[in-house]
Parts: sequence; C-alpha cells; structure tokens
Amino acid sequence: MHAKQLRFLIPLLSLLSTLAVSSLIMALANRDPVMIFGKMIHATFGSSYGTGQMVFRMTTLLLVGLAAAIPFQMRLFNIGAEGQLLMGSFTAAMIGAMLPPTMPPFLAILLCSLAAMAAGAFWALLAGSLKVQFGVNEVIATIMLNFIAQGITGYLLTYHFALPSTVHTAPIATAAAIPTFDKVTGWFANAPANLSAFLAIGLALLLWIMLFQSRFGYEMRAAGSQPDAARYGGINAGVQTLTAMGIGGAAAGLGAANIVLGYKHYYEAGMSDGIGFTGIAVALLAGAHPLWIILSALFFGFLEYGGLTVNTWIPKDIFMIIESMTIILVISFTALGKRFS
Amino acid sequence: MAVAVRLSAVSKKFGSFTANNNISLSVEEGTIHAIVGENGAGKSTLTKMIYGMHLPTSGELSIKEKAVRFTSPREAIKAGIGMVHQHFMLVPELSVVENIILGHEKSGLFRPLPLESAKALIRKEAEAYGLVVDPDAPVASLSIGEQQRVEILKLLFRHAEIMIFDEPTAVLTPSEIDRLFITLRALRDTGKSIILITHKLDEVLAVADTVSVMRKGEIVGTMPGSSVTKEELAHMMVGRSVLLSVSNPAATPGEIVLAINNFSYRTTRGEWKVQNLSLNVRGGEIYGIAGVEGNGQSELLQTLWGLAPEGTIISGTATLKGESIIGKRPGDIALMGISCIPEDRLRHAVITEYTVSENLLFGRHRERSFHRGIGFNNPAIKRYAEEMIADYDIRCSSPESQSLASLSGGNQQKVVLAREMNRPGITLLILAQPTRGVDIGAIETIHNKIIEARRTGIAILLVSSELDEIIALSTRIACIYKGSIRHEFSQEEVELKREAGHKFQKEIGLHIT
Repeated sequence: MHAKQLRFLIPLLSLLSTLAVSSLIMALANRDPVMIFGKMIHATFGSSYGTGQMVFRMTTLLLVGLAAAIPFQMRLFNIGAEGQLLMGSFTAAMIGAMLPPTMPPFLAILLCSLAAMAAGAFWALLAGSLKVQFGVNEVIATIMLNFIAQGITGYLLTYHFALPSTVHTAPIATAAAIPTFDKVTGWFANAPANLSAFLAIGLALLLWIMLFQSRFGYEMRAAGSQPDAARYGGINAGVQTLTAMGIGGAAAGLGAANIVLGYKHYYEAGMSDGIGFTGIAVALLAGAHPLWIILSALFFGFLEYGGLTVNTWIPKDIFMIIESMTIILVISFTALGKRFS
Repeated sequence: MAVAVRLSAVSKKFGSFTANNNISLSVEEGTIHAIVGENGAGKSTLTKMIYGMHLPTSGELSIKEKAVRFTSPREAIKAGIGMVHQHFMLVPELSVVENIILGHEKSGLFRPLPLESAKALIRKEAEAYGLVVDPDAPVASLSIGEQQRVEILKLLFRHAEIMIFDEPTAVLTPSEIDRLFITLRALRDTGKSIILITHKLDEVLAVADTVSVMRKGEIVGTMPGSSVTKEELAHMMVGRSVLLSVSNPAATPGEIVLAINNFSYRTTRGEWKVQNLSLNVRGGEIYGIAGVEGNGQSELLQTLWGLAPEGTIISGTATLKGESIIGKRPGDIALMGISCIPEDRLRHAVITEYTVSENLLFGRHRERSFHRGIGFNNPAIKRYAEEMIADYDIRCSSPESQSLASLSGGNQQKVVLAREMNRPGITLLILAQPTRGVDIGAIETIHNKIIEARRTGIAILLVSSELDEIIALSTRIACIYKGSIRHEFSQEEVELKREAGHKFQKEIGLHIT
C-alpha cells in the first residue's frame, strides 16, 4: 500500500477501533455508548460554551503536541513537555506580575510569551545538551527534568510567591492578559477560550513550513533519519538535536499564553494537570505532522472536555483509557502498516 | 544421478510483489550448481526458501525426492541443509571449536563440553578438505578466509549434505578464492551437493558444474558450466548484450591535485590502521587503490572526508593543491572542491526515506542556486533533477514522490554519482567501491561516467576491492596492504598489462596479501 494512504488510514483505523472498544467498555459498565457519545457531542460541538471549552483545551494540547512532534521528527522523544510548560507558565506569571500596568498590551503580551518560550526552551535544551554532550538518553533526562520542574515551581510558589492563604501567585498586569473570544468577538460566551488559539495555530503553520519547505527542516529530518549520512552530508547532528529540542520546549512554554495569560492570569499549583503528557498522544496520533496536530488536538480536546460533561453517567477514568488506547493502537497499526506495505 | 534439491513451480510473493515466479530447478547430488543473477533477481529469496527462512507461496520443494515444508531453518538443518551466509554467523569471543559446536553441544546443560572429540573431527575434516584452522584460536583473531573455513566446518559438523554458499568470494583475496574452490571441489567429490550464489561470472565458469541464470524472479536458463561463455551469461542476466569492460583511452595526467605524505592513523584503541602512506593523484588520472578490505582504506577515506572519530591520532599531511584537508569538516572539505562517494552508500550517501530528487540534493542542499527566500527553489531543483536523471539514466517513475529506497542498487548509486560528479568546481573525486551491489547493466554506465569525468581533467582516487574494476579504470594502480602502499604500478605498466587481464589480477593479488 502507498505510504500516503497509510498516513490517513492508520489514524482513522485507530480512532474507529478505539471507538468500538470504548463502546464495549461503556456497555460493560451498563451504559448506552450511543447515549454517552450523543451527550458528549451535544455538550461540546452542540453548545457555544462547550465549543469554547474545547478550543481552550485544544490550544494547550496543540502546543504541547508540537513540543513532542518537532523532536519526534528527529527521532527524539521529548517526554518533558509537562516540565517545560510548568517552567514557561511560572516564568510568564512572574514576568506578568512585574510589568508596569501602563505598558501597552501588545508589548506586555509579547514579552510574557517570549519569556515563557525562553523558559520552556531552556528546560528542553538542558535535556538536549545532556544528549549531545554525554549521550544521556533524552527520555530519561526529560522525565527527570519534569520532576525537577515540579519541585522548583512547587517550592518557589509555596515558600516565596504564593499570595497568603492561597496556592497561586499574584495576578499579572491587566495589560498582559490575552482577551477571551467572548470579550472580543462575543463567541463562546463565558468560556475560557482566548485569542492565544491563533498563536498556537500560527505556530503550527510556521513549523510546518519550516519542517517541509526549508533547508532547516530538510537538514533536521535527514539528521534524525540517518545521523551518519547527515554527517557525511556536512550536517551537524548535534546542533540539529539542540534546535529540535529547543523549538519543542519553546512550543510547550508558549502553552503559558493560553493557561496563564489567557485564562487564570496567575500561576497556580497543579494548573497544568498533566496535559504535557497528553501532548505526546496528540503528536503520535497526528504522525508528528504539525498540521494534523491541529485536528488531533481538537479531538483530544473533545475527549477531555466531553468526558467531563458526561461525568454523571460514566467516570472520567474511561476517557483516560480511551486516550491511551488510541495511542497504543496508532503505534500498533503503524507497525502493522510497515509490514504490509 | 539422484536429485538433492528439487523445486517444482515454486513462487514466492511479498504482498503484490513477486520475488520468485514459477521456479523449477533441480540440483543434482554431488555437483556444484551455481545460481547467478543481478541484485534483486530473486537469488536470495530462492535460497531462503530452501533454507527454511521463507515458505513458498505456491509450488513444491523436495529434498532427496521427499516433499518438505520447512517453517524454520532448524527444520532445514535437520534435513541436511547448511548455509554459509555472506556475513558470517560467528561469535568472535569464542574459540574456533566452541563456535563449531555451538547449538550442537551434545552434552548436558551442566556437563563439560565434548571439546576433544570435536577437535579430533576438525583435524580430520581439515585434512580432507583443505580447511586448515587452529581449533583453539579465538575467532576474532582469524582472517576472513579462515573465518569462512570455520563456517564450512560448522556445516560438516552438522553433517550437512546440501550446502548453500551465498556470495562466498565477496570478501576473499584472489589466492583465498583459489583455495576456497579447491575445498568446494573436494566437498563435491565426496558427494556433497553445493549451491553457489554469486554475481561474479569468472567464478561460475571456474568452478560450477551447472549454472542457472535468474532474471526478474525467474529462471531464464540452466546449462552445464563448461558450455557457456561469460558474455552469454551476462547477456542472459541482463536481457541484452553488455560490454564487460569499458574503453579506457590513454590518460594525459596534469598537475598533482591530491598529495598524501607519510600519513598514519592510529585508532583510539591504539591500533595502527594506516602507516606512513604516501601517494599523489594528478589531474586527469584515475589513481586506483587495490586491496582487500580492512587494510586501511576506510580509515584513509574517513580522514579525507573529515570523519575520523575523535581521539584518533593522525600524522602526516594530506593536501589538495597545497591546502591541508586534515582536520576540516565534511561541509568545508566539499567547498574545497572535493566530492566523495562513500563505500556504504545506503548508510552514508543517501537518506533512504527521502525522495529521489531530495537525494539528488543531499549534501549539496546549501548551494545558492537551489534556494529562493526561506525555502527551496522547487522549479530549479526539478530542472536539475530531470537533467541528472536523463544524463545518468536513472530509472525511476516519479522522482518527486518516489523514495530512494524503492530504487534498485544500481539506480541508487547513479543518484549518488550524478550528484557528486556534478558538484560545481570539483577538482578531486573520491570513489569508494563505486559499483558495489550494482547490476552489470548499470556498471557499464557508471564506468563510462567515471572515464568521462577523468577526461574533464579532474583527479580521481578510486578505492575498490574488485580487481576487475581497478584494472579497467585506473591510470596508475597502488596495492595497499596493512595500511601501507606496498607496490605501485606506473601508467606504462598498467597500460601494458591491462590486456593480460587475469594474469595481471594474479600479480596484483600477490601484492595485497
């Protein structure tokens, strides 16, 4: 079979099979899957508030998905989006709180976003340089850096920056807040979806062009696919590793624009809620392709929020099963596809 | 005479691809039966079916007139079949005798190994078949030829009656090849049946009793080895007549382009791979380095392309028109006007999952003419790719969407050649095993292109373990052995002796062993 057809077929097959298996699980739990899925669709696509919730989740998922996908194009597993997002969020909240209230909004938002991206990139580059310098496996390094990021942000929050008797920092300057769609266009009434969704989609488009249209992406993918050949062709694989990790970390860090600048307006303990890990799933389902990740993030956004809305009928845990199963199926179908192509 | 292996209308399909189509073949007992064909003709699929690694899709396989259906090599071994693979299946840390009995220890799990009886057997067989090798030596210390003898002894220890040899001469020197043939004949004379897979036609004619030619998954002919010529075999393999040697008009070398002086190379483990090697290559000549693999060629090539691993100790000089090459990085070396076609093209010269046109760009992707704005200049790349494909006769259907992996070995090599030979402003072309794994038909094109490049006045350094190739192309020939140049044939000598062909090969053979 042709590789291009497989690209479509594998995610589709995985989705259909997860749908089938999760229906079975729901049936086993004595719930009518048709009813459950119907309610989920009604509560998300069928309501403007629900769509807003979904878009809000999609935005972060898209960014952490890119964080996994870009290094993945180089055969690097960035498991550290969670830590990179934490570092980015904390930095954005800190910088945002320090800005003078008179600063023009555009500048304030730009400054906070860049700081968040820099913090995320820095965190990922730590793992990247460990890999390049000492050959430390990036999976282990990024996982450990997740714990370290949790420790650092947790400590700084609790002992230094939390407002008295709360678990969050001081609010950011109003100028640094990214407005919600509700405020600007009147869409998605009361939902947390904000204009940073455009930032995320813009970044995905930019990365798509960089990966597949430019010399930069040509070199990076070559270095990932055949490092020895890349060296022969005059490409420095070490530099490529660092750039891929750096870009991934910056994307994860930018997640702060959505959750800190666009929604909470401060840093709060546990605000990322493990969404960085879901990013790996988002990237895998999309075959690490920046444009497909937009759809893939929307799908996971649907599962995450839709799952919440049917909580009274079916526990949220079921949706964790669905998400994880989709990934296992994608990987299995990909392997299967290789065998038959 | 009895038939050892019989295939009746056997086919093997992988998905929609038919690797073997309707093959009928019988290998008679006590004969050497050669199977020749180009890469991808289906030789290895055929042997893998006999050896139990693949099940036929249809048709019947019988061993000694008994129908069999092997689902694993284990069953084939039980039926008396053995195989010497192209890449040896030996454990380097173990001794010869330990390797030979591995898997057939014939003792309890916690009992001592029956080493003495095995050694006695080795000595006996060694004498009978000319397979001399020290049973106590660790395999890692043996030469390639000796390792091959160990593989053959393994088969004898397992009482194999039918022996398959997959390209057994690919790694041997001319004298080792002669020795191997003596062994093969001795095995045949004691009643063993031998299946010899090869693409070297001289060998077939020297040793085979029967020859079968494969093309595109089918047997196109089976005939006695004594009644066929090299040209006829080549014609059957390719399906058209091919010139086996290119015309090589006299060269008129110019100034020295590449000068290597007292070059030595010591690995991080302290081994001297190259010692005091000196040579120079002039513009407009092909300087051939003949030698068995592993005599320092790879290390020399690595250094010339800036890929010597960190910690390697390099002394001496290598200069291109006076400018030092040593210590530079590949990208900078390319900018000096050097092109390099590495020995292992799939690993080093191409990105197999990239398309044909992306590969025509690889390593040259920084050239300005291929760029526009932040992206590539796709129309320019398309024009360039079309030109290369036509000029080098690269057979592909859609260069912009077809991955390089889907091309045949010969066409992959033409992609590399086209790209490297057309680098703007090159003065030195380094060619390592330029026709390895390339079909006969494509070798003709590649050799012609190399001669053509020489005539434009660039200097060419050719490293090859195929003596045929070295003799056909080179202006001067150096013989490398244990990291030094042991002998150099001058231009006059080479021109004079080229006609002598086989005799010249033997003479070179003496200098590289």
